[in-house]
Amino acid sequence: MSKELKIQLKNVHKGFGPKKVLQGINLDVPKGESVVIIGGSGTGKSVMLKCILGILEPDQGSIFVDGEDVTKFSRAARKRTLSKFGMLFQGAALFDSLPVWENVAFGLIQGKGMKRKDAKEIAIEKLRRVGLGPDVGELSPAELSGGMQKRVGLARAIATEPEIIFFDEPTTGLDPIMADVINDLIVECVKDLGATTLSITHDMASARKIADGIAMLYKGQIIWEGSKDEIDHSGNDYVDQFIHGRAQGPIEMELLKL
Amino acid sequence: MRNPLAVIGQVVLASLAEIGSLSRFSAAAISHIVRPPIYWRLVLNHMWLIGYNSLPVVGLTALFTGAALAQQIYVGGSRFNAESVVPGVVVIAIVRELGPVLGGLMVAGRVSSAMAAELGTMRVTEQIDALVTLSTDPFKYLIAPRLLAAVITLPILVLVANIIGVLGGYMIGTGRLGLNEGTYLQVTVDFLERADVISSLVKASVFGFIIALMGSYHGYYSRGGAQGVGKATTNAVVSAFIAILLANLIITVIVFGGRGA
Repeated sequence: MSKELKIQLKNVHKGFGPKKVLQGINLDVPKGESVVIIGGSGTGKSVMLKCILGILEPDQGSIFVDGEDVTKFSRAARKRTLSKFGMLFQGAALFDSLPVWENVAFGLIQGKGMKRKDAKEIAIEKLRRVGLGPDVGELSPAELSGGMQKRVGLARAIATEPEIIFFDEPTTGLDPIMADVINDLIVECVKDLGATTLSITHDMASARKIADGIAMLYKGQIIWEGSKDEIDHSGNDYVDQFIHGRAQGPIEMELLKL
Repeated sequence: MRNPLAVIGQVVLASLAEIGSLSRFSAAAISHIVRPPIYWRLVLNHMWLIGYNSLPVVGLTALFTGAALAQQIYVGGSRFNAESVVPGVVVIAIVRELGPVLGGLMVAGRVSSAMAAELGTMRVTEQIDALVTLSTDPFKYLIAPRLLAAVITLPILVLVANIIGVLGGYMIGTGRLGLNEGTYLQVTVDFLERADVISSLVKASVFGFIIALMGSYHGYYSRGGAQGVGKATTNAVVSAFIAILLANLIITVIVFGGRGA
């Protein structure tokens, strides 16, 4: 029996002027699973996430969320769909002008119309969930370390208990221990919520920890996908080079041709 | 060497594209101002930032300008034995032109740049994308409150600037030039017409819109990290200055173009 799909991309193209970033992406994300997209810088990973969220409009192709083509949605319908999503950004993207608790509670107050007092209680609970005390809630984001900012970003991503969570380079810029702490938190939080997740990363340790399935994006196309156990025997030279971090291989050869 | 006609064509096309983009941005922003919900908490916060924080610089500009104007008109008027026109010309010049224009330019320098820098930083650090993922329309949350606050606040600021400007003229006129205090105030009141005040406040409101629009537009679409934010800030101030001076000319011609006085 085939799995129920939460997100499905069919032949998605996106370019910026003459530069073609996505060149016919096809991807299935089954409900309740964690899919990780790996690939080098500039291969279109972030653009793909932004197309799914509607921040960017694809030039061609269809994007289905719960079986509905979101590329054809009106503004109101898109807003309804967005309420299913949470996202942890690469740089955390916390709002500088708001205290930490209000960052975490933002989706509850603005998106769901919850009272500030009730939202603050939930925000404090979510901060506790990611290992931060209530006193942190009163600080400004600028007063936090990189690791703490990521944890606040994670608390914000899970605060509305979304059905789908995107993680954009969740461990970039962190030391290996803090990166592992974030990976553990992601796995625990996703397990608690039963959410479907789509992550993009360069960090193979992170990918192996949080993924059920892995796909590799190269030159705007998915060139390999499989389970995380299969990736070490993919038989794909590009994947092998990437996961072992070798300077030599087909990816370097392509670069030298430029 | 490139064909000069091609270069001119590219510049014209780029300018038209920019005007089109700015028009679309303005239309979207206005549509969010007239459609509820309006974030009044944010509007009040921006009114405070724009109005209260600009008050010292706008007040000082008006005070010094009014005073210098009185001195200049006195010297010029004395050539025709017309020193008594000082209060009338000062109030007309301040209320019709210098109050709103200089006030607008000073606020543009402070506020357009600050808005462009803040929104530009939010853009390059993905905070604007984060708003979208939190089911919040960036136009509704970021742009509309700034525009509304500026449109409401600028007339109040300019009203205060007009009063301070006239006071500057009064201080020099009565304290240094020997004009009679009672006569100065009487002539000021007699010369001032309702249309002068209304046009001053209308100009201020339009300038407020321009200041917030340019700051928001250039910040919202900034690209390329710190350098992009810096460029957006400069563009916001320069375009706000030019747009304010152009709008001032248009409003002046419309309001006073058909009048003899």
